[in-house]
Parts: sequence; C-alpha cells; structure tokens
Amino acid sequence: MLKYRLIPCLILKQGRLVQSINFKRYLPIGRPEVAIEFFMNWDVDEITILDIDATRENRKPKFELIEKIAFHCFLPITVGGGISSVEDIRDVLNAGADKIAINHAAVKTPDLITEGAEIFGTQCIVVSIDVKTNPNGNPEVVIDSGTQYTGLEPVAWAVEVERRGAGEILFNSVDKDGCRQGYDLKLIKKIQDAVKIPVVACGGVGKVEHFVEGITKGGAHAVAAANIFQHTEHSTIIAKAAMKKAGIDIRLDTEANYENIEFDEYGRLV
Amino acid sequence: MSESSIAIIDYGMGNLKSVSNALNHLGYSCHITNDPAHIRDSNIIILPGVGAFGTAMKNLRSLGLDSVLTEEIMVKKKPFLGICLGMQLIAETSDEKGSHSGLGWIKGKIKHLPETGLRIPHVGWNILNYKDESPLYQGLGKTPSVYFVHSYYMECNQELADAYSDYGLPFTVSVCQDNIHAVQYHPEKSHHTGLHILQNFLTYAEEYQKGVSEC
Repeated sequence: MLKYRLIPCLILKQGRLVQSINFKRYLPIGRPEVAIEFFMNWDVDEITILDIDATRENRKPKFELIEKIAFHCFLPITVGGGISSVEDIRDVLNAGADKIAINHAAVKTPDLITEGAEIFGTQCIVVSIDVKTNPNGNPEVVIDSGTQYTGLEPVAWAVEVERRGAGEILFNSVDKDGCRQGYDLKLIKKIQDAVKIPVVACGGVGKVEHFVEGITKGGAHAVAAANIFQHTEHSTIIAKAAMKKAGIDIRLDTEANYENIEFDEYGRLV
Repeated sequence: MSESSIAIIDYGMGNLKSVSNALNHLGYSCHITNDPAHIRDSNIIILPGVGAFGTAMKNLRSLGLDSVLTEEIMVKKKPFLGICLGMQLIAETSDEKGSHSGLGWIKGKIKHLPETGLRIPHVGWNILNYKDESPLYQGLGKTPSVYFVHSYYMECNQELADAYSDYGLPFTVSVCQDNIHAVQYHPEKSHHTGLHILQNFLTYAEEYQKGVSEC
C-alpha cells in the first residue's frame, strides 16, 4: 500500500530560498541547489518548489534553475510558479519536474487543469489552493501570494479541480503560514473528505507533532512544510521519527536509526 | 568511472534526463539517442518512457528502432533495462486504449490495474517485495520502497517475475530473462534505494558482458 509522504516546500523569491510568514514577510535562506543536496540525504519523500515571484512579475518559470535543481534530485519534484499554459507545463516537465503546481492559472483559466491532465496525465497536475479568512470571517480561496480574494469557497473549489482532472491538491493556509501553531486541520479534513485525490497539507507547522496531526486528524495523504525544515536541527529525521512513533506508515531510506527515539523539551533528539 | 557505453533510447516519450542524471551521479557516462548507429555501438541499453503504449510503439516503429533494438537485445544479447513504459513495451501485447502489439521479447501481456476501489493511477511510494537471488536487488534492506506512476502492469509467467508490489492486489513490478531486466517503478526517482538498484544493474551488466554472470 502507498506510504504517507513528508514534503519540504522550497519557497523561492528572486531565485533564492526564503522563509515565509503569512505570505507577507520573507527571510532569506540561500541557494536552492544547496538545500536540495541536503534534503536528498534527509529522508524526505518528494520536493516541492514554489517560485512565488513568477506570476506577479508576469514571467515564465526559471527553467534553468529547475534543471539545476533536478540534476541533484533523485526524488519526485513538483514545480509551481508562473505556469500559465500547456507549453509552460511541457517546458517545466522537460526541465526535470515530475509534477507541476498551478494556483493563479487554475483560478483564471480552469481549462488548463483539464487540458494539462489530458495531455500529461492527471498525476502531473497539482492544483495549489491557498486559503485565507475573508473580512466576513469565512475561509476563501486567494491567489497572487494571498493578496486577491477569488470568491471561491475552498471545499467546492477542491471538488471542482478534482472534477477537472487535478491529480493532487496542495493546500496552504495564509492565516497559518509561518505561525508555528499547526495546520488548519478542520479545513484540510473537510477537503480531504470531499475529494478522492490526495491532499497535501501545508502551512503552520511549528513542531513535529503537527505533521502527525496532519495525517491522523486532517486525513491528509502527505504533509508539507517549509520554515521548520530550514533552521531546525535534524528536522526531517525527527519529523519521520515522530510519524513512525505514531504508527504512520512511512518510507525510511537513510542510515538514520528510528528505533527508540526520544525527544527533549525543545523537540531535539536525545 | 566505467568504460561501458550506455545508450538511453529517446523516442519522444517523456523526460529522459532524470535517468541520465542518475547514471551520471553514479559515475557513468551515457548518451540519450535515437540514432541506430549509436545504439549499435553501445553495449548497455536503457529504455525509459512515460505515456501511452500505442503512441510509444508507433514512435519506435517510425524511427526504425523496434528492429534495431530487437537485434541488439535478442540476437546480440546486450544487457537491457526497461523502465516503466519501457518495461511494458517489451511484452507481447497491451490492452491500453485498444489492442496493441509490443516488442514481444518476453511472454507477457499489459493489462489495466485491477479495480479494487483504490485510486488509479497508482502514484507514490510502495513496498518492493523482491526475490533475493535477483541481481538487481542485492544488498537492499528488507522492505525498501520505490516510486510508481502507472495505470497498467505486466501479467506474466511468475518464473520471469523477480519482484512484486501490493496495490489492492499483488502485481508484478520487475521481470528478468537472460540479459533483459525491466521494472515498472522509477529507480531514477526512488532515492537511495533506486540509485542502489541502478548501480546493481550496471554492475550486473558489466559482469554479464564479461560472461561471468547469468540471470
């Protein structure tokens, strides 16, 4: 049976890896190629790369950068940011991506989901859904790095993108992003219950227990995070250790030993 | 660094660079090619591919590669690795969107994954249950995971199968016959386990050429 997955999201701004807080503040990390090399040894199951400037700057994805990243990566890669046509999808796949993620384009031109799925297969097409609480206090789908409300209700939109051929949903919460308080479990659960395709939970992880909750309470097929993987010691290893300890069926493929793992009060390995 | 000349067959079906990246990472050079002369000069042949069976066979035939590959693999017995669609193409027939004949190197039929209530395509990490004696799986841990993306699989004589996975029902994910190896999963995307399997294939292929190893 399929394993649950742990996925680092690499947020790129001006070609650099950054941390994001509420889609508003960004802290620099470094070169994405270096991060990929580390993650290759850190027992993650996939890598997602989101170029958050591309759509706003109205430019194409950075194909050369994707190629450079793919060169070191022997894991499935999802690439998002600036993809707005079938040609863009083809170019990103040819640069080395296994899946593409669309957000702005999915809302503005939903036919791209269907066309992309017909040409490249549903497994290639990830629709990224960003959600923010609107002034009426209800969750609403947003685009353009969380700045534009779309009028779309998240669960209905998830059902719609599945119907159109999306193979996976990458859910992110603008409210929770960078806040370290855990995922939006209620909404993730509602979405995963409404669709058959896998939902990847993202946004808000502050400690490894949050990954466990994403699966046991949110019902997600995969758990993603960005910031925690940049500056937390052994972050991916302790995440998998916590998941294994909770009885979640995950893939273990490094020399790290996951037996009898204990954590100290800071969540570090002891 | 190896002196073997490795050809990765380019017939317009999917990104082949991830396979060449993996081989480069292991210290092997290789050529992505559809040139018959190049293919005849090589001594290890890899056939990757993602996409529809019918289109793939049509592309191979229109490039004249079906006969070139059959000559190199079935007559000259060069070590061969088929990956994903490349595994399916070496079967006799496929039911994918109609009825198609394949290269027919091994007795097998390509069928749609059985409907068991699980989502198809089968995408993600699944456990590889392998036969210990298979050259591809030497030195692996007990239950390694490999990465799959497919809707069809090969039904074949179990003597040819050297690994299976379970997705609702068990199905063959790896076959071996003389110089021919083929896998349904993507070793080039299967992290350390996948690189280990590719290294095992290359080691096997080099020994096979020296005539010291038989499958």
